Amino acid sequence: MSNVTVPLEKAWQHSAERAEDEYHHRRITIDPITRLEGHGKIEVFLDDAGEVDRAYLQVPELRGFEKFVQGRPVEEMPQITSRICGVCPMAHHMAATKALDAVYHVVVPAAARKIRELVYTTFMVEDHSLHFYYLGGPDFVLGPDAPAAQRNILGVIEKVGLDRAKEVIRMRRHLRELIALVAGKAIHPVFGVPGGVVKRFTPEMQRLFQAAAEDAVVFATSTLRLFDEAVLDRRDYLDLITSDDYSHRTYYMGVVDEANHVNFYDGQIRVVTTQAVEWKRFSAGDYAGVIAEHVEPWSYAKFCFLKPLGWRGFVDGDETSLYSVAPLARLNAADGMATPLAQQEYRRFFEKLGGKPVHHTLANHWARLIEMLYAAERMRELAADNQLLDPEFRALPTATPTEGVGVVEAPRGTLIHHYQTDQHGIVQRANLIVATQNNAARMAMSVEKAARGLIHRGEVPEGVLNRIEMAFRAYDPCNACATHALPGAMPLMLTVRNREGLVRASLTRSADGHILRSEGR
Amino acid sequence: MTLERPKIAFYWCASCGGCEEAVVDLAEEILDVVAVVDIVFWPVALDFKRHDVEQMPDASIAATFLNGAIRTSEQEEMARLLRRKSKLLIAFGSCSHTGGIPGLANFFPRDSILQQVYVDAPTTENPDPILPTENYRDGGRNLSLPHFSERVRALDQVVDVDYYVPGCPPLPKMITRAVAILVNGQLPEKGSVLAPDRALCSECPRKDSKPEKIALKQFRRPQEILIDETQCLLAQGLLCLGPATRAGCEAACVKGNMPCTGCCGAPERVRDQGAKALSTIAGLIDSEDEMEIERILATIPDPAGTFYRYSLPASLMQAKRGI
Repeated sequence: MSNVTVPLEKAWQHSAERAEDEYHHRRITIDPITRLEGHGKIEVFLDDAGEVDRAYLQVPELRGFEKFVQGRPVEEMPQITSRICGVCPMAHHMAATKALDAVYHVVVPAAARKIRELVYTTFMVEDHSLHFYYLGGPDFVLGPDAPAAQRNILGVIEKVGLDRAKEVIRMRRHLRELIALVAGKAIHPVFGVPGGVVKRFTPEMQRLFQAAAEDAVVFATSTLRLFDEAVLDRRDYLDLITSDDYSHRTYYMGVVDEANHVNFYDGQIRVVTTQAVEWKRFSAGDYAGVIAEHVEPWSYAKFCFLKPLGWRGFVDGDETSLYSVAPLARLNAADGMATPLAQQEYRRFFEKLGGKPVHHTLANHWARLIEMLYAAERMRELAADNQLLDPEFRALPTATPTEGVGVVEAPRGTLIHHYQTDQHGIVQRANLIVATQNNAARMAMSVEKAARGLIHRGEVPEGVLNRIEMAFRAYDPCNACATHALPGAMPLMLTVRNREGLVRASLTRSADGHILRSEGR
Repeated sequence: MTLERPKIAFYWCASCGGCEEAVVDLAEEILDVVAVVDIVFWPVALDFKRHDVEQMPDASIAATFLNGAIRTSEQEEMARLLRRKSKLLIAFGSCSHTGGIPGLANFFPRDSILQQVYVDAPTTENPDPILPTENYRDGGRNLSLPHFSERVRALDQVVDVDYYVPGCPPLPKMITRAVAILVNGQLPEKGSVLAPDRALCSECPRKDSKPEKIALKQFRRPQEILIDETQCLLAQGLLCLGPATRAGCEAACVKGNMPCTGCCGAPERVRDQGAKALSTIAGLIDSEDEMEIERILATIPDPAGTFYRYSLPASLMQAKRGI
């Protein structure tokens, strides 16, 4: 008990307000939102008319990397920070390695740049294909109205045939083995050092990568054709993609090369407005002038926004200071793709969806496949380059380490690592802008919009589960990225509570995918 | 009548998802495992809820594989629940085994972590300043977050653990071998680590290049030298923890031409992995002179963070602090 005395009148008023609030804000909990208890939940509050008042997307966990890397040798960052995410460890490993180049003021030899980018694009092919076939794709390949029991990898296998499914599994396994061959391990790689990579690239590796790249291009192309048949040729799916329920008008961010083409490994960061007009184009080192993070007391995750515009809350449209990242954002923020086949698809994408920018969140699925094709084509270009074999694949740093920023495009968006060290290369301060965090505010809005679209007069229809899933899945959020597992049914539970906190009704999905409703007492 | 298949559960706490990915990396092999067991709880893949676990009879799950360290109140509750419901509880991966990388947070007080992340971070705009709050009222809306506790703990610092599968993450071969030990024949002694009880050097592809006696005048950081791809890394002056680390991964990092960082923990009978690693490394110093020894040791930039990279919470220096 507090010793502070509160005037009786004030205390009375406070508790009256509290009771009033409780009455007017009934609560719906969806916990967990995705695959896992403990890694994300949604709280939906109704007003006294039973309409959605607010929905909150909460991340209930913190590990604190930015603090505990202090005092560690900076060269350990690629291996320590990869442990932020075991699904996209290569993205953290690479962003950290590039930050090390900057910390040590070292120029990376051409061979090393190419080895890194080759491994990185291989990772992008593997990760994007996995998302499509295992996680996000089932919504479309089988259709959003298919029973949930079928909307998973097993359902996809049934639809596309076992041979194709085996091809997906084989492909993924092979690409991950190739990554491990160069990087040591696919999960938590070890090959990045300031000034290059630690291991020579051999002619045998080159042969393997070349063969795999050819397969990857064929695979990506045929996956796009599958998407055509399953989704784009169907009016109802197109209407769903372009519906207002799944659209948000925000800024978009992505890394581009000199020609403003999408690049995953290196370039400048470009931001375009809600009208797709270039708003800023800057080097990674200048990120702190553009990106800022907002804290809310109800989540351990921070929300990124455009610093010069200031935090304006969870709003989209002309007044927004929010931006989005990941495949759709990258396509919006760029002027095209650097490889011919992907460029054709890029044009078709914007023609079909009504020009730039595309604000439809579900278009991320298509954009992801176009990126997969680009990654495969880029992989093929790089694998054919004999400079990979150049014995000069490392430059030993000679300058005193100071401070540096590294950026890559992770599968889930722009990823920035920033380290400051003392003269011995010991980390004094670290700052990380993690891909999913850039999308956190927009994701929260998408979830709220889905809830608003379906919950009326206190009625919670069963479809709300699927709709929220779909809104959420399109982003391939990192706190859900291990849903890359099989089978892909996302565990969801939605609970409607009365004002005493007792359960009035709950919706869960049974093991066979049917939605079960139970009424509370 | 069909025989009841053993019930298996998977769960994760403070971790990165790499352990889950490692299971998925079994690819086709996982289907063989799935065929002989009944997975009753695996939030990553199957739609069973905590509520379902609560309803199960105690000790009705044959084995639960739990990855991740314990940091929040919610994780602790789940660990206790799954312990109660399971005959065998297996700590899966470094974080669960000894605390792992997230355990490095134990170098810092809890509040300083919150301060860094939510207030001091250079891009964070938080003038008031606001911190995530366990019970927060936004207008009339009550929102809760799990408690972020004072320190990170390994699983056996919270509940009784039967077996351990080490590694960050455990590699597919290690997983299949560990599962084979559990399903075939007699169970090993409780508390066993399901990986070979010998040092990593024994299975290192470069073991033949390891000198009889390594004598070092200086330790090297990876960015200081061009690393030879065939010679023993320790002999090159790099801090390879292979001699003090348990085998099982077949020296995956060394095959990547980087030193072992100790993710598989120490062999049996070693109570403190960091102390063991330190004494092993100190034994390689080529000097009798105290001043010189000190100078040589000073070429190791972060001894505590290096030797306790994955095991700070399980270390003797931390284990005493209030659990």
